[in-house]
Amino acid sequence: MNKEFEPKILGILCNWCSYMASDLAGTSRSQYPPNIRVVRVMCSGRIEPQLILWAFQQGADGVLVGGCNPGDCHYQEGNYKALRRVTLLKTMLPQFGIEPERLRLEWICASCAEEMRKTVEEFTNTLCRLGPLKVQIPQIIPVTGKAVVEYVQT
Amino acid sequence: MLLRDEFSKNGDIRIGVYVCDCGTNIAGKVRVPEVVEYAGTLPHVVVAKEYKYMCSDPGQDMIRREIKEQKLNRLLVAACSPHVHEETFRNVAAQAGLNPFLFQMVNIRELVSWVTKDPDKATAKAKDMIRAAANRVLFHEELEPLKYHIKRNVVIVGGGIAGIHAALLLADSGEHVYLVERESSIGGHMAMFDKTFPTLDCAACILTPKMTMVKSHPNITIMSYSEVVEVNGFVGDFKVKVRKKPRYVDEENCVGCFECIDACVFKDARYPNEFDFGLGKRKPIYMPFPQAVPPVPVIDADTCIEFKTGKCPKECLKACGERAGIDFAQKEEIVELEVGSIIVATGFDSFDPKKMPQYGYGIYSNVYTSLEAERLFNASGPTAGELVLRDGSKPKSVGIIHCVGSRDENHNRWCSRVCCMYSMKLAHLVKERTNADVFNFYIDIRAAGKGYEEFYNRTMEEGVQYIRGKVAEVTDNAQTKDEEGKLVIRVEDTLLGMIRRIPVDMVILSVGLEPQHDALEVTKMFNISCSGGGWFMERHPKLAPVSTMSGGVFLAGACQAPKDIPDTVAQAGAAASEALALSHKGVIEVEPNTAFIDETLCSGCQVCVGLCPYSAISYDQEKKISILNQALCQGCGVCAGACPSGAAQQHLFNDSQLMAEIEGALAGVL
Repeated sequence: MNKEFEPKILGILCNWCSYMASDLAGTSRSQYPPNIRVVRVMCSGRIEPQLILWAFQQGADGVLVGGCNPGDCHYQEGNYKALRRVTLLKTMLPQFGIEPERLRLEWICASCAEEMRKTVEEFTNTLCRLGPLKVQIPQIIPVTGKAVVEYVQT
Repeated sequence: MLLRDEFSKNGDIRIGVYVCDCGTNIAGKVRVPEVVEYAGTLPHVVVAKEYKYMCSDPGQDMIRREIKEQKLNRLLVAACSPHVHEETFRNVAAQAGLNPFLFQMVNIRELVSWVTKDPDKATAKAKDMIRAAANRVLFHEELEPLKYHIKRNVVIVGGGIAGIHAALLLADSGEHVYLVERESSIGGHMAMFDKTFPTLDCAACILTPKMTMVKSHPNITIMSYSEVVEVNGFVGDFKVKVRKKPRYVDEENCVGCFECIDACVFKDARYPNEFDFGLGKRKPIYMPFPQAVPPVPVIDADTCIEFKTGKCPKECLKACGERAGIDFAQKEEIVELEVGSIIVATGFDSFDPKKMPQYGYGIYSNVYTSLEAERLFNASGPTAGELVLRDGSKPKSVGIIHCVGSRDENHNRWCSRVCCMYSMKLAHLVKERTNADVFNFYIDIRAAGKGYEEFYNRTMEEGVQYIRGKVAEVTDNAQTKDEEGKLVIRVEDTLLGMIRRIPVDMVILSVGLEPQHDALEVTKMFNISCSGGGWFMERHPKLAPVSTMSGGVFLAGACQAPKDIPDTVAQAGAAASEALALSHKGVIEVEPNTAFIDETLCSGCQVCVGLCPYSAISYDQEKKISILNQALCQGCGVCAGACPSGAAQQHLFNDSQLMAEIEGALAGVL
């Protein structure tokens, strides 16, 4: 394991369960590795594969997608849609040279602060073991994203 | 969607960044001045400030002033979770004339300072998150909140003391209430009790008048023997389906004379009455207890001869005569209610002591649960208020075992809060009715409440004995002559430091409270969450104790956590006033995070049509594109996540915003 290496994790968490769990982890003062940066979405069903690839392209060593437990989705079944997309994307990641373990989907309920802490800790350890993501990801960006890239880079 | 050209048309972007110390909550870990200095270097940021409590009046004033003075057109506040103060700062923006959706909250407390050990790492993380938000707000646009009309009806699920109290408050202030109760009578657990601690008010004397008021209130519709089966819609406009189970007695026609019960072919009651936990008997047509509301009997189809054989002389029908109350043909009915808000007051279940066979429940006949003891003490219970053993004799000694199923690693870890107090009450009643010796076996006495400690002292003065120790077992294995024919409670007395054997005639198990067995299905139906142990989760444990994460759904009573009657009533009042506040406002403003479809980009592939869980998207045959109905959209964004051409987007979470945020979040060096 590379001890010097500090992996960068992007967490894309749903508003109702996994984001609430990280709020609760805070309220209960759980301590976990500082490697995660969180982006909140309303539902894990919002998360498209392009966003995950974009994160890898922007330097994430791992991406955590957090949703509600099966059956508990605030929007009925958005988490199942996330499951389908993540499962499919995981099968494609090796084609980009990305280990599938770098993408993690977790169901974390709103009161599961401990689960959240453990997940971040485990994921950080996994990524430390895998080391930095070295591959360059080709530009697979939707039309709307292109404008973003151009804008931000200028 | 904002293309670069369109974007530049928006003119000069001026971002203000306000970083909160939150006392030492944030500043104790994150080096705020350093973060502020860094924020000031970010593109388009024209002002970055630190303040001790940004949410306080002076903090808010500062932001309002600077929005105007500095002509800010984007606002970032780095403080606590958006679930805590997003609304506060959106209002601040709006008051200063800035569209509230040009604001972004950055959570550097719950997500950073509170969970990170190392101040360097915490500071770096806070910077990253502010950069992410500063990137994101470039792509924010002005939005108008969506407004919905609030229907003025309320459905209350559960007719215990919580539901009853909330129903009366709401009904008195003019709202129409549907009180749904799955048993044949409202009243819940409180109706089973004899006395209430610590004042020893008779439960029936304080509850039954309220039950009668519910019955006669013009603004309350009692739906007893009914269960909610489906909930659709959202705050202000819920559609609730209720299944009315057939009770085979017409509630409209029944006059409550009970001649049918007297006339039943079974001259003697012979079936166990569920309300008395089988300690009393009932007929196939019965009232669970004399004060039941509505005062309408119910026929149990499993024991009624007419239902079993079809050959009953139907004496009940004859006795009822032209009042035509008895209706053997009654069928299950589904009623659809349209309401603006929902109060969930489904109460609790008690722990099943059969899970702890060492205490002998179900093995030794004179081991009772506390609720069974309540029924024995109750004047309208199976023994008319006499505490007697199974053989009809009065006990000379009674052991009361606390914490059965509670504070136990093997069962429920929580303290059930009410058991110490109700055990003392039962001990008092044993003394009062039988003058038997009473032993309370406790782990700790928890008597925190108005008049509770005083009540504890009073029972000690009355001669109730308290033995500190968790009981190991209840056995009939006698070792001495004194123990013969008795139940022996074996316990380590931790104050004496020795093992004791205490022979008693009767054992009462103070069973703990646990969530209703079907609590999980209830959470799914109402789209609410559970906290640890399966209790329903409030929106915020301190500041929103009766709200849930689902707008318009409120909690009252022990479904949220174990609580006693005063707390339950207080919470029911709070839930009622929340529902009232909502309906009196008349309209509710909802975050406009709905989706939209860019007609110029939509290829008409219809992938979104099938994915939308609310059928908000349809296909326009003429234009050959998908059309989104804003009124039905709930803002999950699943269409935006699926659209291959980027045509479906979600306000506040569109592709450019999320990508800019992700890029900003990852641009730092760890």
